[in-house]
Amino acid sequence: MLDEGGAAVPAPPALELRNIDKRFGAVHANRAVSFAAARGSIHGLIGENGAGKSTLMNIVYGFHRADDGEILVDGRRVDIGSPQDAIAAGIGMVHQHFMLVENFTVLENVVLGVEGGALLRGGLDRARGELEKLARDYGLEVPLDTVVAELPVGLQQRVEILKALYRRAEILILDEPTAVLTPQEAEQLFRMLRLLRDQGKTVVLVTHKLREIMAVTDRVTVMRQGAVVGEVATGTTSPRELAEKMVGRAVLLRVEKGPARPGETLLSVRDLEVRDRFDVARVRGVSFELRAGEIVGVAGVSGNGQSELLEALAGIRMPSRGGIILGGRDLVREQLDPRRRRALGLAHVPEDRLRMGVVTGFSAEDNTILGYHDRAAYNRGLLLNRPAIHAECEREMAAHDVRPALPGLRIAAFSGGNQQKLVLAREIDVDPRVLLIGQPTRGVDIGAIEFIHKKLIALRDAGKALLIVSVELEEILGLADRILVMNAGEIVGEVARADATEEKLGLMMAGVKGEGHA
Amino acid sequence: MENYTLVVLTLAATIRVATPLVLAAIAGMFSERAGVIALGLEGMMLGAAFAAAAVSAVSGSAWLGLGAGMAASVALALLIGFATVTHRGNQVIAAMAINIMIAGLGPTLGLAWFGLGGQTPQLEGAGQRFTALAWPGVEAARAHPFPGLLYAELLSGQNLIVYLAALLVPLSAWVLYRTRFGLRLRAVGENPLAVDTAGISVTGLRYQALAICGALAGVAGTYLSTAASAGFSRDMTAGKGYLALAALIFGKWKPYPTLGACLLFAFTDAVAAQLQGRSLPFVGVVPVQFIIALPYVLTVLLLAGFVGKAVAPAAIGVPYSKEK
Amino acid sequence: MNAPAKLPRWAELGLLPLVNLAAALLLSGVIVKVLGESPWAALKLLASGSLGSEENIGYTLYYATNFMFTGLAVAVAYHAGLFNIGGEGQAYVGGLGVGLVALWLGGRAPFLVVLPVAILGGAVFGAAWAFIPAWLQARRGSHIVITTIMFNFIGSALMTYLLVNVLIKPGQQSPETREFGATAFMPAASDLLAKAGIDFSPSPLNLAFVVALGAGALVWVLVWRTRWGYALRVAGQNQAAAVYAGISPPRIIVQSMLLSGALAGCLALNELMGSQHRILIDFPGGAGFVGIAVALMGRNHPAGIFLSAVLFGALAQGGSQLSFDMPKINRDMVVVIQGLVILFCGALENVMRAPLAAVFARLAGRREAEG
Repeated sequence: MLDEGGAAVPAPPALELRNIDKRFGAVHANRAVSFAAARGSIHGLIGENGAGKSTLMNIVYGFHRADDGEILVDGRRVDIGSPQDAIAAGIGMVHQHFMLVENFTVLENVVLGVEGGALLRGGLDRARGELEKLARDYGLEVPLDTVVAELPVGLQQRVEILKALYRRAEILILDEPTAVLTPQEAEQLFRMLRLLRDQGKTVVLVTHKLREIMAVTDRVTVMRQGAVVGEVATGTTSPRELAEKMVGRAVLLRVEKGPARPGETLLSVRDLEVRDRFDVARVRGVSFELRAGEIVGVAGVSGNGQSELLEALAGIRMPSRGGIILGGRDLVREQLDPRRRRALGLAHVPEDRLRMGVVTGFSAEDNTILGYHDRAAYNRGLLLNRPAIHAECEREMAAHDVRPALPGLRIAAFSGGNQQKLVLAREIDVDPRVLLIGQPTRGVDIGAIEFIHKKLIALRDAGKALLIVSVELEEILGLADRILVMNAGEIVGEVARADATEEKLGLMMAGVKGEGHA
Repeated sequence: MENYTLVVLTLAATIRVATPLVLAAIAGMFSERAGVIALGLEGMMLGAAFAAAAVSAVSGSAWLGLGAGMAASVALALLIGFATVTHRGNQVIAAMAINIMIAGLGPTLGLAWFGLGGQTPQLEGAGQRFTALAWPGVEAARAHPFPGLLYAELLSGQNLIVYLAALLVPLSAWVLYRTRFGLRLRAVGENPLAVDTAGISVTGLRYQALAICGALAGVAGTYLSTAASAGFSRDMTAGKGYLALAALIFGKWKPYPTLGACLLFAFTDAVAAQLQGRSLPFVGVVPVQFIIALPYVLTVLLLAGFVGKAVAPAAIGVPYSKEK
Repeated sequence: MNAPAKLPRWAELGLLPLVNLAAALLLSGVIVKVLGESPWAALKLLASGSLGSEENIGYTLYYATNFMFTGLAVAVAYHAGLFNIGGEGQAYVGGLGVGLVALWLGGRAPFLVVLPVAILGGAVFGAAWAFIPAWLQARRGSHIVITTIMFNFIGSALMTYLLVNVLIKPGQQSPETREFGATAFMPAASDLLAKAGIDFSPSPLNLAFVVALGAGALVWVLVWRTRWGYALRVAGQNQAAAVYAGISPPRIIVQSMLLSGALAGCLALNELMGSQHRILIDFPGGAGFVGIAVALMGRNHPAGIFLSAVLFGALAQGGSQLSFDMPKINRDMVVVIQGLVILFCGALENVMRAPLAAVFARLAGRREAEG
């Protein structure tokens, strides 16, 4: 570098963070984090759930204010106290949960906040022209006058990127952008990101998926427990090295398990159709069987009917057609509610734990009886048997290594992993024959993931039938013996684990019909 | 001929009854579109009715009364904002607190200031009330029942606030659908996070919406005490704020359908008033209590029958916080 | 996370409501000052008017009995996630049930027969008046706040009609029924205490006070100690979790509102059988709305509701005294104070929490530093 001659001063990083510190009450979310992303690069930010990545990026975007530290854009210190400041500094963000007004058109969503005048018309016309140009330059084609709710998620994500570009963002932050995409759509997104990089934009990719980091980034910063634990050029590292940095110890990237020994059919689903409240069919003619001693995984991009299928099986939604047969009884014809299904040996760990699986205002022990509150063991005459409930919760906590082992503590005070262990404990404690599990390890730290995966395999080996719905393809590949792939409400294919590859499943998730299924 | 006159007079009554409902319902539209439940309309109107009548009585000016009514109502709306937007309190509870407090405060102040057992003095002086404006040629027009009577009784002969209410509906539709403010307002009631990440202050927008709501509800309340009657009396809103809210819901939070719902309420009311004391075949004399209860029954029926499918602004009633 | 600031449990349940109450009373004092009276003198009048003599205490507890019924009604609905603003109408129509039983059996059957039938009558009529809004909410999605308010108006019109046209005592001007038979009178507290050898000045306080206490105990057991109450609280806090657990939220909505209406409907045991001994126009007198304030202030727990009901009883009784002695203040001032209590204890409850939590945090910090 020719510093002294003044001819070629190294360009300052497009985005630099120095000693960012942030606490939320007792939680130290960011500990003196320093980070730098060079102009015209794709920089990865990787870490486990709860490592502090999202907090850090929310600080950059002005959603939170750091307790300490500074933010520099192109070497100049900026004070970011609101998203407005971030936008003014040339920072755009695509959030994991899209920030779109669902009943607005694409155009209205893009101009929201930068309307260009008190009256809409002129601004909308100008925006239309500019967006058409952006679409040509970056291959970001989106129908501008369509209401956002009617767009597939992949296109909604494009709208988010367009929003940022329309605001002249030079730095684009994407938070877990592939969670809602098929592997092929993700590949398309990556191509778009490379194009943006080549035009001189700076991309920060926040993810917990090692594969993506390896596939698309130039450099990567690893976070653990709120602090940066390393920064490397992507080309010089390996997934294993990154994983160990993330977790702080050597990890098993694969779940160890023996071959499945499927027995009799426990649950059979016939021509199931489920409609939502707008009478749109979300599950279309799904049939499959679930046998004792096997784990069947349901793969698919989020929003393709897996959630509705799971809820229909559990009795939360009533199907409009078809049958669910368990132990010789048709649960659909008899219109059994979840409570009576549990009595028949069908347990359910729901996808969204906090929304459905627990009552956050209740203590751990009160959550122990959710769904089972009318069992004889928990009642004495007309009254609840409080001591028995307390004892049961203590027992489950001990058996599943739940910490802290305090039945009276509010469930919201436990970590995601411990909450999930409690829910799982509650559902398997009644010795069900069939276990439905949605997103077994969403929002769960790696230690608990290992525990939960081992538990599920032990259940399989004990002769239970397990159905697992997960949007994490790696999880499905790690656990399932047989994989059903869903797209647009249909099962587009069934693959034995031995024959499954990510590419094959990805194509099927995108709707290309697989073999081996009528 | 007699029937024709009756119809015209009923329509004229419809307009008079509809005016405060329209003003209040449109007021509520701004609040609810921004994501704040408009249950406080009742208290805002009642507070405005008192303030307007009191100031008009003391100052002798209906215009000053209107200003006071609007100011009082805006203050109440902002108080609701302070509780629910700034401090994320429960919107229903905040609104009911205002409604109950005002139900007591009006009569209390009425007694303390005017010594009139919870009322304001009768507004009798010239200029203390908003009175009917006669349009040119009204007397001549009456000679020709059709369309002269329509002109004389419907177009002419209303007070200023009625015309204001009529203008308000197209104006608010224009604001809602054609302006930047309207776009942001609709967005903040659907997805405040999207608004926040777009760099717009959710809090600021909601306060603006509440201020507009308060101002319009203030006009509605002023109408009750200084145009429709001559002074404030205890509980004089008699649930009109809630009826307006029901009309807004029935009108699916859109200006013109809401206007239609208000007119439906008012028309029912006007027709029922005609029935009072008359003997109908099979029914006999309609009891006055039935007529009093009719708008409330209608509200329940409308909410029960049709609103099941109406989709409210998605974020309504939910305090905004950056974390889920 | 910007989670609501944390307070120790005792402060959350005890101190915070008191601080909020103090704020509401302070503002009420400002209003009294504005009216041209002395807040301090008003406070003294309130205190002596409500607690100054045995008779005044009797009146205070008599009013408190009404507020316990309506406060419990609000609380039960609240735990099911519902805001029942229809306590006024449910109490009014419930009074019809109580009154009809009292008119029918009073003088014909002994009190011990009249009482349970009257409780049943009040509960059934009150529950019936709550049932329609509940059903409409459960099955049609009608906003229960609006429908219960409408049912207050409709109930008022219905009762006026019945009293003016049907139930009125023949040959009388004011719309009231004839007096109940004597066996439909609730025994007065002074009489009951006299039997136990305790001398207590006569007041409207009567056996219904004990019934209200019993209702509070019943609500506590039902909501916190039975599986039905568990289901109720699950549905109230998280509908999705309720459905997941096999609890039907629509069923809970209807059941909880039936109980809520039944509790409100029992108000007439106190007001009509205990004191007025006839059905008359607008006898609930706003107690249904006071119930909202009582429940919020009492944290929707029967014990808290008892305490806040007594407080509001004192306010109601002291308020009458106030309107006698201060010409510029009438009983509407009490309604203002109720509104302010709802505002501060309900809508503005978060305002005081953060500063209080900061105080506790600093105290804790100091203790740590010293220890």
